[in-house]
Amino acid sequence: MTEKKTTIELKKLNKRFGDIVAVNDVSLKISENDFFTILGPSGCGKSTILRLIAGLEVQDTGAVMINNKDCSFVPANERPVNMVFQSYALFPHLSVRDNIEFGLKLKKINNIDRKTRVEEILELVKMNGYDFKLPSELSGGQRQRVALARAIVNKPKIVLLDEPLSALDANLRMEMQQELVNIQRDLKMTFMLVTHDQDEALSISSKIAIMENGKIIETNTATNMYEYPSKKFSAEFLGRINIIEGASSVINNRILFNSDTFGKINIKQDIKLPKDGVLGIRPEKIIIETGLNKQKNRVSMNGIITNWTYYGDVSYITIELKNKSKVYINVQNIHRNSLQELNIGKKLFASFDISDLIILEK
Amino acid sequence: MSKRIRHYTPINYTKNNTLKIITFIFLVILYLPIINLIMFSFNDSKRNIVWRGFTSKYYEKLFENEMLFLAFSNSITIAITSTIISTFLGLTTAIALWKFNFYLKKYYDVALLFPIIIPEICMGISMLVFFSYINWPNFQLWPFTLSSIIIAHVSFIFPFVAIIIRARLSMLNNEILEAGLDLGANKYQVIRKIIIPFMSPALVASALLAFTLSLDDFVVTFFTSGPNSVTLPVKIYSMVRFGISPEINAISTLLILIIIICTYFAIRFLSKSNREIIK
Repeated sequence: MTEKKTTIELKKLNKRFGDIVAVNDVSLKISENDFFTILGPSGCGKSTILRLIAGLEVQDTGAVMINNKDCSFVPANERPVNMVFQSYALFPHLSVRDNIEFGLKLKKINNIDRKTRVEEILELVKMNGYDFKLPSELSGGQRQRVALARAIVNKPKIVLLDEPLSALDANLRMEMQQELVNIQRDLKMTFMLVTHDQDEALSISSKIAIMENGKIIETNTATNMYEYPSKKFSAEFLGRINIIEGASSVINNRILFNSDTFGKINIKQDIKLPKDGVLGIRPEKIIIETGLNKQKNRVSMNGIITNWTYYGDVSYITIELKNKSKVYINVQNIHRNSLQELNIGKKLFASFDISDLIILEK
Repeated sequence: MSKRIRHYTPINYTKNNTLKIITFIFLVILYLPIINLIMFSFNDSKRNIVWRGFTSKYYEKLFENEMLFLAFSNSITIAITSTIISTFLGLTTAIALWKFNFYLKKYYDVALLFPIIIPEICMGISMLVFFSYINWPNFQLWPFTLSSIIIAHVSFIFPFVAIIIRARLSMLNNEILEAGLDLGANKYQVIRKIIIPFMSPALVASALLAFTLSLDDFVVTFFTSGPNSVTLPVKIYSMVRFGISPEINAISTLLILIIIICTYFAIRFLSKSNREIIK
């Protein structure tokens, strides 16, 4: 396989607003055809990165490279990128068609080409027949589609999406997530999304970067980011996780992790534990047992259920061990009958596989 | 599922007799005098009491009456000039209040309302006092004879324009302008292709409104007009003092007609712009 071309490269980007450091020394590479997501809590500076790429803000230091060309000081209107804004920012006085044509007209694309391209795009976002409607006559989801169409019709090198789904209701959001992925795959375009919703990030992106306080903490593929995160913050941000504190020691060529929660855990030899590292185990990797599991590669526990939250397909359970530490477990609702066993106050046996442990840097 | 059902409906007044009668009385009181005025402008009699048959001779007489024609042309000149000036001032004021931040900005917003809420009589007197205080020259040459009226009109009309345009511009948030830049428009193209077309319905509507406000203003005009600068409403007022002739009915009918046409278009432009509001 040949190396994928780099579409966007950020080099040591810095941006401050007064005393606030919005973007702190960010370096990133986004390859062609990636669906790249920046995930982070609100106010971490992720939208600022998009705006820097789009040219709507100018960086203090650093460089923005688009297709290996330095675009750091190219004005927004000359950059080959297009953005889908959080508020959609459709031109309220223009019809759907005029909104989509806006960029093409500025590029002086002739009438016939323009028309066919708009038709194609409207078909693609399933908005054909709405050509002459005003944005005010559309629903939220439809406006979202028009905003997307208006961006991709210009065939930009990268489409920037600034929390585009946050205003939609849950069902519509799921639908649009799937559609975004399909459109991105069909058009073979590079998408870059910014969101604070970890489910959204996991379900649609090929790569995720996690951001905190203006810094990129970690970049990885979506599955690896969830299964093998290397930083405690990213592990916790992507969903519930049991953090196991403790210290490691080497005895007879084996690494033993002396944990506060589960006592001694045998970690495989080939894993390197960083200094003041911790272990993590995802709640769904812990399985409910009928009794203590004595298998060599499993860590067993028993405790009292102190909390039970029912989500329909899954239950979030908290159990308290004898040493007062709490463990989160996610239980799939496989049989209706087994629900009765999950009452608060009941004793529960559970275990997990050592190979599912995540090693985290603080 | 996705469509929400609206649980309220407008009151169905056709089913409620009390409401029906009140509405009817209201409409009669509101419109009967106007209909009466228009009707008797076609009455073949010197008095507005009995119907003596249809005639259009009072309209013909109007065009022969040089004094009335002069007053009318004065009014139109004042209306057009003050519309142009106050639309320009109102537009620039609205843009300043929308786009820029400056010292004591929020007080400017309130100050803009003053010319609208101050009683017109006070406005008229203050204008009169002001012009005599600064010794505004008494021009003899038309159209300079109208200058004081035009200044007075602009001062109370341009806030209306500013408020209408400002309301429209407030829908245009920063992201929309950024979207324009992002899609390849430079700064001037953003102004030409987004801001101006976007606010043009409000601009036209407020210009039409300014025109009608100026055309039918009496109080402020009365205090600022001189013997050489009589406008139509002032002229009608002075004619009424010698009794109401069908000629007055005729000229009033024409005035009403002009204002109805202007208002109709103003409302059409405004409702077009209201349809674009994204809720």
